[in-house]
Amino acid sequence: MFISPLPETRIVAGQQVEILIRGKGQPILFLHAGHGFEPDDPLVTALSKHYRVYAPSHPGFGASDRPDYVNSVEDLVFFYLDLIEQLNLRDLIVVGVSFGGWLAAELATRGTGRIAKLVLIDAVGVKFSGRETRDIVDIFSTTIEEIPSLFFNDPATGLKTFGGLDFQSMTLESATRFARNRESILLFGWSPTLYNPKLLRRLHRVHVPVLVLWGGSDKVVSTSYGKQYAAAFEHGVYREVPAAGHYGYLEKPAEFAAEVIGFLETKSPAAL
Amino acid sequence: MEFWHFCEQSMHPAWDKIDGPTKVLVDNRFCDPEVAHKLYNRYLDEWVIADQLGFNIFVNEHHASANCMSASCLLTLAILARQTKNARLLCLGVPVTNRTDPYRVAEELAMIDVISGGRLEIGLVKASPFELAMSNQSPARIMDRYWEAHDFIVKALTHQGAPFSWEGEFYNYRNVNVWPRPFQQPMPPMWITASGPTTGRKIAQLGYVMATFFNGAGTKPLYDAYKDEYRKTHGKPAPIDRFAYLAMVVCGRTEAEVQERVEKVKPYLEVQPRTPKAWSNPPGYENVEMNARALNSGVTGRINFGLPANPTLAEMAEGGILFAGTPDQLYEQMVKFSDRCGGIGRMLMLSQAGYLSHDETVDTMQLFAAEVAPRLREYARAKNEEIVQAAE
Repeated sequence: MFISPLPETRIVAGQQVEILIRGKGQPILFLHAGHGFEPDDPLVTALSKHYRVYAPSHPGFGASDRPDYVNSVEDLVFFYLDLIEQLNLRDLIVVGVSFGGWLAAELATRGTGRIAKLVLIDAVGVKFSGRETRDIVDIFSTTIEEIPSLFFNDPATGLKTFGGLDFQSMTLESATRFARNRESILLFGWSPTLYNPKLLRRLHRVHVPVLVLWGGSDKVVSTSYGKQYAAAFEHGVYREVPAAGHYGYLEKPAEFAAEVIGFLETKSPAAL
Repeated sequence: MEFWHFCEQSMHPAWDKIDGPTKVLVDNRFCDPEVAHKLYNRYLDEWVIADQLGFNIFVNEHHASANCMSASCLLTLAILARQTKNARLLCLGVPVTNRTDPYRVAEELAMIDVISGGRLEIGLVKASPFELAMSNQSPARIMDRYWEAHDFIVKALTHQGAPFSWEGEFYNYRNVNVWPRPFQQPMPPMWITASGPTTGRKIAQLGYVMATFFNGAGTKPLYDAYKDEYRKTHGKPAPIDRFAYLAMVVCGRTEAEVQERVEKVKPYLEVQPRTPKAWSNPPGYENVEMNARALNSGVTGRINFGLPANPTLAEMAEGGILFAGTPDQLYEQMVKFSDRCGGIGRMLMLSQAGYLSHDETVDTMQLFAAEVAPRLREYARAKNEEIVQAAE
């Protein structure tokens, strides 16, 4: 449901940000999707057994501040550049899901000096098709009730993940987090809808290995979009988890974790 | 009291063919251009007649809607600026948050004011939530954008002399130089719509006319907030002409005639709210606190205009939705509702809605102008006296 607070807070670029920091080892920066982030996220939990995972709520999401001057994806990218420097993260793996994948790709185009590898899971952010064909479903034209069927392969799993969409049983504070996340993803992704027209032509700057991991039945962005995304990187690898939707990492967390860990543990010749 | 003839310029002949939403997604093949041609001209004729009968004129706009074919209130007003003689011309309003170019809005407003010889009344509105689907302007931070557009338009209309520049958060202009300046100096009167007290207070500080639509029991707290804030800001009571209210109005000679006309306008109440659910309140359109409360309470706004199921005429009049009756009954309903709200100075009258024909609409207006309007003018004049005297 993405309504629980994260355990720690940090001040980055003058903004208070809530963050989950878990595990030991090589650092992973986990960038969450548009509905927000839960501290018991199963993919983060699995990754934290092998890595040190830093998982903040983006400015505007959860309890993280969003000053008025932070109102674009570029602002978030600069926020994360500050966060990486402040935490002095090096040899960093950036993992992003959906909207977080867009942020991860943007971040990597600003320079990979501190970044070792990139993992994009059902990511948005680029545009491949012509002006009259959408690559990404206009989620802003959909209702809350459509979330389970649109974002999940199995709507029942989706409904369960979203707490049965029972907003009346939750606290007002929880409802506020949900409403705030909904507003923030719209603020950052409204139009062009969930992509940056400039990004595709900048991806060549990403010289590190990139895993593009997709839910095989993603209804928000298709697998063919994922394949094109992978092909746009110098060292992109495309992998798929079957019977998984846009939020497939919540439906099949073990399979997604295995794919990510497998990729991270491979000494890619491209990385040398 | 002043009276403003209003009509949404609907494509009602298509209504019985449309299932589901009547806006945003509704197939434009339901809008036959030949039928639209006749209807536009009919509605314009009715405004011209309204002018002759002593009404003022109020126009609006919506987009992709079977309930309102006016895609630009300023286009409608531009025609009426030339074709009418006396009526005040109110656009309520220009949805400035839908517009990418408030400079162009200022120019069009000034042009209408000059053509009409200073009869323009300017309403700037936030835009309906579902219109953002068409304008593609973001629901997020919509009020920040609204106020910057407002501030820009006020400056552009009132500025005299060398061009100025504007480098705002949402709008950038290197050379603002509105030709012509408005006929009314320093600028035409301003209106803003509100439904809740927070906005009401802001409008009171500015001293603008505050209009509220079909607001029923919400009207008194809104007017009270305005009055309180107006007194604090301006040091005197708010005159009654600061308060405008929109409702449907049906007039007939006999109760049977009234009932027949009510049956023709009532489908409006069913057709008008049919909005695709995703566009009834996109995130950002209302603030997070309001949206969280709506989710948490399960109450997502007024359904059925806040009316009970199958409302009676008395319930619709008391709810401030539809005033319908013979001239005597109408007078009583409007006075009663106005008193309950604390005094309405400007009655915005949706006198053509649904299937009400041209002849019936004109007849309603004639009857109202001859038999109701004079008495209500007298009522409002006395009410305003009360307000002024109470202050002294």
